[in-house]
Amino acid sequence: MNAAQIVMPALGPALPELILSLGVLVLILYGAFRGERSAEGVNVGALILLVVALFAVMSQPGTKVTTLNGSFIVDNFSKVMKALILIGSAATILLSRDYFQRARIDRFEFPILLVLCTIGMLVMASANDLISLYLGLELQSLAAYVIAAFHRDNLKSTEAGLKYFVLGALSSGMLLYGASLVYGFTGTVSFPGIVAALDGTAGFGIVLGIVFVAAGVAFKMSAVPFHMWTPDVYEGSPTPVTAFFASAPKMAAVAMTVRLFIGAFPDVTAVWQQIIVFVSIASMALGSFAAIGQRSLKRLMAYSSIGNIGYALVGLAAGSQEGVRGVVIYMIIYLAMTLGAFAVLLSLRRGGEMFETVDDLSGLSRTHPVLAFCLAAMMFSLAGIPPLAGFFAKFYVFAAAIKADLVALAVIGVVTSVVGAFYYLRLVKVMYFDEPVAAYEPMPPGLRIVLALASVVVMLFWIVPAPLVGAAGAAAKSLF
Amino acid sequence: MFGLGILAGLLIVPLCGAAFILTLGEETEASKRNARWAALATTIATFLLSLVAWGRYDATTASFQLVETHAWLSETTRFKLGVDGFSMPLILLTTFLMPFCIGASWLSVNTRVKEYFVAFLVLETTMIGVFCALDLVLFYLFFEAGLIPMFLIIGIWGGKRRIYASFKFFLYTLLGSVLMLLAIMAMYWHAGTTDIPTLLHTRFPVGLQWWLWLAFFASFAVKMPMWPVHTWLPDAHVEAPTAGSVILAGILLKMGGYGFIRISLPMFPDASHAFAPMVFALSVVAIIFTSLIALMQTDIKKLIAYSSVAHMGFVTLGLFTMNEQGIQGALFLMISHGIVSGALFVCVGVVYDRMHTREIAAYGGLVKRMPLYAAAMMVFTMANVGLPGTSGFVGEFLAMMGAFRANPTVAFFSVFGIILSAGYALWLYARVIYGKLEKPNLQGILDLDLREKLIIAPLVALTIYYGVHPAPVLDTFAPSTEALMQSMRTALSNTQTAAATLPPASR
Repeated sequence: MNAAQIVMPALGPALPELILSLGVLVLILYGAFRGERSAEGVNVGALILLVVALFAVMSQPGTKVTTLNGSFIVDNFSKVMKALILIGSAATILLSRDYFQRARIDRFEFPILLVLCTIGMLVMASANDLISLYLGLELQSLAAYVIAAFHRDNLKSTEAGLKYFVLGALSSGMLLYGASLVYGFTGTVSFPGIVAALDGTAGFGIVLGIVFVAAGVAFKMSAVPFHMWTPDVYEGSPTPVTAFFASAPKMAAVAMTVRLFIGAFPDVTAVWQQIIVFVSIASMALGSFAAIGQRSLKRLMAYSSIGNIGYALVGLAAGSQEGVRGVVIYMIIYLAMTLGAFAVLLSLRRGGEMFETVDDLSGLSRTHPVLAFCLAAMMFSLAGIPPLAGFFAKFYVFAAAIKADLVALAVIGVVTSVVGAFYYLRLVKVMYFDEPVAAYEPMPPGLRIVLALASVVVMLFWIVPAPLVGAAGAAAKSLF
Repeated sequence: MFGLGILAGLLIVPLCGAAFILTLGEETEASKRNARWAALATTIATFLLSLVAWGRYDATTASFQLVETHAWLSETTRFKLGVDGFSMPLILLTTFLMPFCIGASWLSVNTRVKEYFVAFLVLETTMIGVFCALDLVLFYLFFEAGLIPMFLIIGIWGGKRRIYASFKFFLYTLLGSVLMLLAIMAMYWHAGTTDIPTLLHTRFPVGLQWWLWLAFFASFAVKMPMWPVHTWLPDAHVEAPTAGSVILAGILLKMGGYGFIRISLPMFPDASHAFAPMVFALSVVAIIFTSLIALMQTDIKKLIAYSSVAHMGFVTLGLFTMNEQGIQGALFLMISHGIVSGALFVCVGVVYDRMHTREIAAYGGLVKRMPLYAAAMMVFTMANVGLPGTSGFVGEFLAMMGAFRANPTVAFFSVFGIILSAGYALWLYARVIYGKLEKPNLQGILDLDLREKLIIAPLVALTIYYGVHPAPVLDTFAPSTEALMQSMRTALSNTQTAAATLPPASR
């Protein structure tokens, strides 16, 4: 027997994760020693950490590198998705400052939990085997459960946290069960290993495993039929946390799903394609129809996010390189639209009170023309009306579906998008056609920054689409 | 300039005007005045620029001219602009009508003036974009983008049921268009490009053509609008402000016809040939049925809206006769109807601004107080009926002549449309203009003021000019029409020979 050789694995590819992990430890110590007064400093520190990690991600080479015994992979796909995750998290800090200070829950734990959650999400985007996937997922989920209940004296917030935790644990169980079935029938957890072991055929056990895994990831993406938690959690959580849930974790969940299905089961597309097609149709339909009756803006955004995941999955259902490119473009644009919309929602404040229903937007175009204009652009974009960015998001996923001969899926998709257009238009109608209510307080600077950046992406994407489309194309190429 | 051609300039100038108006401050009398003048200056500048483009355009060839391409989504989907004989007249029509729209809203729009003119200028860009896009994705982008400003124009400055009308307009046209988007993608994967000049020479398999044709038809039929998907139009017309109706009738309805001539007929000749009987049937139903409905209307705008649907029936009829007379007539009718129906809506706006009602019963005997108005309205009514000597006659006559060549039965029934149009138009004229001036509130009504005269006079002149001298427009259409006929004839004969030579087993 050889002497145990411990080779230090190459840690360079995991540099962004390491920066965040070490940095967050420093922030915890700083917060623990300074106590409640440290919130400002910890927030700034967390923002700096996220930005540094973003630069670290961007500076990584575009070639495919694996490390930690092949369980961790860095390629163009992970680069793009990690950049989106980090942007989502950084934007959340900007969105949350003013809200938490006014709600008197401005504690230093929030940015720390946010960074921990982000580490989990980065691992999800880079996971190349089932173990690291689960590791990242749980790190992300546990931090997310806590921040859902961050307004701990508020009944709805604690309820949201609890609900999220119970249902989330259930779905993690399903995912784990599916992963163990896959492991049992293939004898390996690594994605390339699974591809080799399956050799293009999937027995009953593998099919069962894929079904359970799909159920688990569908929950994390809040896709129908595992979406039930979404409206309640979105409504109950503090609004900046809702904005976070609608942005960064969606990026991570979609990245994980795409890499799982394309990376581990590329040759058995027929098995999972029908699952994704069903989930996609159900999500698009429910997202469109259920949102029609909503009065609460946060619930409306919850159904909107369910519908949007349905559209993104149209690209995955195609199972092709064009499809993945469509998914990546969709997620880039969805991130901008969501953050922009939430920046507007968070600025509906008057006399220390937040307003969260559709009617509170009444006549916003008279009282706050710029705000209303930006939200209207987000809504037309979410409805998929050109020349706004949302149109191109839908364009690329449906184009992939048409190429893959999923014509029925594409037709159902565009028809539900017309149904969905109704409730997005209703918000425009309330803002532009109805009589104004009293004006709101001026927007805090953090919200202004996020809204301005998001609006630029949404409104001007059509003039210079090439950079983002090119990045998405490179990302998709690295998976095939 | 900056690597951009004149067509890109036509798209950018209105946007620059809109951006300038946005920078005007709070809504005061001064800023309202500035917004109006800025909008007028922008639309006139755009019109002059389009005249420059017209000057550089060579009307003797069928090829695309003033072409410019810029990098866009990918190598195969580029930002490509260009004009030919079909699109150039429609671009001129658009830029020509816009100053009148601004003029027609000069005083009647008095709230949120800034936003109003911004919406109109953005709308102008999208309309010009539709007519000069030489890439299908770009075409779709402009085709749909126009919905946003029009939705706001109807919804904010419209009448009582404006919200219902704006939603119906938006969702109806969106539902029609999304299927076209899927068809564009299918064409892309088949041909490898969305470049319109390339696709004009691409032969799609007959089976695929049918589906593509139907998907495009869904969009264009709603936009035209053809019976039975026309129901959004009367609502939108009635609720829209005057200038909105002018643009709706004058330009937006022409996008459907333009789509047929630019995409459906040349790219799917076999499917067009196969579906022509269906289009004939729908057109004849539209002509007769909506004319009858128009007879029963009590609202002036609704009556004109239904008459527009009937006239668009002549356009589709002419287009699908697939002979020179029919297509030329349909195209001419599009231009003529753009001017005449736009002018009619301006006329309705004139009395609406004074009386704030569109009920036919509320008027009568206007000729006593408004002789100039009565005369102008007379010209447009006659042009709407299709009286020889007005522009309306040329288009309808040619379209019907084409129809007689293609299918005498269809032509026979479509003639009833002319009779009925005389019925509803003259009856409307009689009830509004003639009779006794009995209504007390009409006693003090004033005739056209200087602004209205300036708006209406050029439209009258053009209506009569094109009635007696249609050659400039028809000559512009001619080379492109001939080229289209040529390519369709080759395509159809190829299909027939292919079908004839195939052994029965493989069919």
